[in-house]
Amino acid sequence: MKVALIGLGSVGRGVAEMLAKKDLGLVLTGIADSKSAFMDPAGIDIARVLAAKKRNGFCGDQNLTAEDVIKKADYDALIEVTPTNALSGEPAIGYMKAALNRKKHVVTSNKGPIALAAKELLAMARKKGVTLRYEATVAGAIPVMHTLEEGLAGNEILALYGVLNGTCNYILTRMAAEGLSYEQALMEAREMGYAEADPTYDVQGIDAAIKLVILANTIWDNGVKLADVDRTGIDLLTPDALRLADEQGCTIRLIAEANPKKHLLRVSPRILDKNHPLVFEGTLNALTLETDMAKEITLIGRGAGSIETASAIIGDLLYIRDRYVERA
Amino acid sequence: MKLEMKDSPGQLVAALKPISEVGGNIIAVIHQRDPDLDDDTLNVQIVLELPKGRLDNLKELLKEQGVHIQRIDEERLLYQRTVILIGHLVHTGFSDTVDQIDSTGFAEVTEVAMSMPGVNERSSSRMTIRAVSRDDMEAALAILRRVAQAKSLLLIEPLEDAA
Repeated sequence: MKVALIGLGSVGRGVAEMLAKKDLGLVLTGIADSKSAFMDPAGIDIARVLAAKKRNGFCGDQNLTAEDVIKKADYDALIEVTPTNALSGEPAIGYMKAALNRKKHVVTSNKGPIALAAKELLAMARKKGVTLRYEATVAGAIPVMHTLEEGLAGNEILALYGVLNGTCNYILTRMAAEGLSYEQALMEAREMGYAEADPTYDVQGIDAAIKLVILANTIWDNGVKLADVDRTGIDLLTPDALRLADEQGCTIRLIAEANPKKHLLRVSPRILDKNHPLVFEGTLNALTLETDMAKEITLIGRGAGSIETASAIIGDLLYIRDRYVERA
Repeated sequence: MKLEMKDSPGQLVAALKPISEVGGNIIAVIHQRDPDLDDDTLNVQIVLELPKGRLDNLKELLKEQGVHIQRIDEERLLYQRTVILIGHLVHTGFSDTVDQIDSTGFAEVTEVAMSMPGVNERSSSRMTIRAVSRDDMEAALAILRRVAQAKSLLLIEPLEDAA
């Protein structure tokens, strides 16, 4: 199967490296970053492109753009991993539409566009007889979407709750373990590379809320939006609050939860027993699904990272290859 | 409650039956034979939940079965939740915050632990609430959510099983 890659940040680089390293039967025929693009229907030499990116700051021909690759390259599936824009979803939404219009499958890690426009994009994919997959948008390497559509097929999902932001989990872990203030723990998270220069998205629960919206729409198709999430972050927590919880064998975690029967869609810091399956240290993510047949299922794993996110993207690509492309 | 009954077949069942007849819910039955007791009586401790006002009815029914009630300890507030509040707890009237729960009649704040690092800094408190029933607990938490919002306090609730 031929693939084109749009975006060469941390995730894009991880995907490219794995395509080069692993014999997956996926041929890269187009690649683009924000400054340049490159196409080769016979297959791009990935090592050379990545070396050029490292050396020059761009990967290909500066006279070509992402649009050129999307509209002209010869590929079966587009890998869309450009930086996310939670407000407009652009330019990613435009990229995905252009590919779907050409009857190309799309795989993305881009949360903003999926939270904003999944319904429209999925309808478009259906109409064109192709598929749109976005496993990597929620909980990084954890195969949430695959579990929902395959492992838990036929189950009714009654509710879900989980830890969907690794940065917050790290900060809360450090506040509890060392008695650090929120500010100190945030600073440490930045030094470790776990927090962005502007941590607002993470610490105010926006990132977790976006993932919650994606999950709710995927599972219940209820059209909820980011503004529908009842959201409280962790930036006002005190070390005393964590100590008071600790005195009772508990701790505090940022929990995203959805329960359509209770009209609940919430991201908030919560008190959990330390033995609760959603209490773990560091930057991991986890999700508990409550279903009618399987009852509770908890998935736990890496929620971010270059290669970890590539794992989710490659899982989606191979899913498409096995079901749609090779068969044809 | 602690009951004393004849140690003969069918007696324990006969003693438990009235509980369900008055709409009660048995939580635990502790039934231990005392080796030092040489008579034919049996002591049984039962933990149960009863709807309001049914206790006299139950006592009457047990008496009819020939069961002697040795002791009854009533615990009205069966449900317990612990929450944490963060903010300017004293300036916003902490006793008023507690009163809003206590004055309901169905829920009470039974324990408070507080930490106040400095006059102008936000304080943190852990508050244990007990309520008569699960619904009453939900109602008490709804009141607390409203009070917390009005006073700009951060309320941290426990995570319950979602479904």
